[in-house]
Amino acid sequence: MKNLSSALASEVAKLVSVRLWWVLALIMVGYVAVVAGGLATVFAGIETGKIPGGEAHGLPPGFPLTTTVYSFATSIGYVFPVLLGALAATAEFRYQTLTPTFLADPRRGRVLVAKSLTLTGFGAAYGVIALVGSMAAGGLAIALFGLDPAFLSDEVLTLIWRSIIVMALWAAIGVGLGVLVPSQVAAIVIVLAFTQFVEPLLRTAAGFIDWLEPYGKFLPGSASDALVGSSVFTIMGGSTAQLEWWQGGLVLLGYAVLATVGGFFTSWRRDVT
Amino acid sequence: MTAGVPLHFNALSKRFGDVAAVKDLTFTVEPGRVTGFLGPNGAGKTTTMRMLLGLVTPTAGTATFDGIAYRDLPSPMTTVGAALEAASFHPGRSAFNHLAVYARAAAIPLEAARVALERVGLAEYGSRRVGGYSLGMRQRLGLAFALLGDPGVLVLDEPVNGLDPEGIKWTRGFLRHMADEGRTVMVSSHLLSEVAQSVDEVVVITHGELAHTGPLSSLDMTETREVLVDGPDRGSLQNALTEAGYLVSELRSGLLVSGAEASDVGHVAFAAGVELSALSQKRSGLEDSFLALVGEGGSL
Repeated sequence: MKNLSSALASEVAKLVSVRLWWVLALIMVGYVAVVAGGLATVFAGIETGKIPGGEAHGLPPGFPLTTTVYSFATSIGYVFPVLLGALAATAEFRYQTLTPTFLADPRRGRVLVAKSLTLTGFGAAYGVIALVGSMAAGGLAIALFGLDPAFLSDEVLTLIWRSIIVMALWAAIGVGLGVLVPSQVAAIVIVLAFTQFVEPLLRTAAGFIDWLEPYGKFLPGSASDALVGSSVFTIMGGSTAQLEWWQGGLVLLGYAVLATVGGFFTSWRRDVT
Repeated sequence: MTAGVPLHFNALSKRFGDVAAVKDLTFTVEPGRVTGFLGPNGAGKTTTMRMLLGLVTPTAGTATFDGIAYRDLPSPMTTVGAALEAASFHPGRSAFNHLAVYARAAAIPLEAARVALERVGLAEYGSRRVGGYSLGMRQRLGLAFALLGDPGVLVLDEPVNGLDPEGIKWTRGFLRHMADEGRTVMVSSHLLSEVAQSVDEVVVITHGELAHTGPLSSLDMTETREVLVDGPDRGSLQNALTEAGYLVSELRSGLLVSGAEASDVGHVAFAAGVELSALSQKRSGLEDSFLALVGEGGSL
């Protein structure tokens, strides 16, 4: 255990000694706050009648304003921990720092476990930061319309801890992707293309195409929403059947473990030349 | 400092696909000496060192630290210090943090990072990001990484490559000092001239195979001595030398006399009454026999 703690200390030092983590966190919190604040204004405005909504009555039943707005932390913020994990892993290949890394600790499996655990921790921290953004901006907008931001309600507290878990798991998935696809450019392209385009398309398709429908809920984004329990995407389109929240967590964990173990055998264990 | 241990390379081989990079290498590197690991570019030097350090898995054979493989060393960084190519840095990380990251992984006190920077003369640049470092500074930082654990064995791949003359001189003195302290020092180079002044032993490989091993002096096997001579009347000089039985060839700078001593050539000219403007002995035995060993690749 002493050696794992050394490996963990080294991985934490790697992350905090370059600017990436706080630059990404800053962009994430800004993005989440703007979207959550903006849409909270719209929804709250419609709900209170201060913005004329015509036929619309705000959010559909079963989607409380608070949790829906606060869940922007994960529903749009999850790409940031994935990027952090993928960039942290691929940087080792890109800058050839695997050489000093494996010289300092030749037990490669231990190094990868330490990296994965470290990024999981940073992912959880990203969860906290993203929630600060969505709850501060969204809660403020809700309160300005005279509604209750309900920061301490049971629903919101549940959302908070599940959001933190989900962001932690996404960072671990990022590490797995990074060792599976060691090319940094390719990894970034895959993250952005999959999260912003391929997966939303598949989820929508699964809502309309019968034979796809049973698989839609196993997509990482669906599993993520199932775990958080609330997402604007489940309102928007093809609301397919969802997993239980804990099943969603297990599916995400499965993706992370599969990708990381796969990457261990395909890239991490290979000759460092 | 930990004690220097011998490095044993035993029937070490590596294939990359169809290419046999290293073939059946067997030799030993002893502590207390500076061993030059020589060969032309592409001879397999880096691959051999990376196999020793557990970064590349051998196809066959072993490379050990007195019988223990790198990954089985109880404390690798305090046993062995290695500096491979000069590019293994995250450009956005400061030099001190670069060392601190690996000191933590190896459970070495962070103070060692400061000491190592001081030792290679980078103390005042420690907080600067490595992206702004010159090649010479990166070489020094690589050396600082090798020194982090104050190890008894140093394995350095082309450590003087890209250094200015002052840096080369400093590195030579440094290697000498390390070996005098009883450490095992293995230094690779593709140029004999770079290391000839500082190595005690040489291991020469070419095309992945062992070509020669022994003390530096053992490399000087050929006795081809040459004299460069010139005079105002080059024709008469050439006649006199040819008559005396020497093999003479004409260069732009004078006449090259094979298998001769300068004193003999001078005597022949004096006896023939030919005036000389230049007379010098060429002593390139070491470099010549090195080039002969490594073949055409050595001219690279």
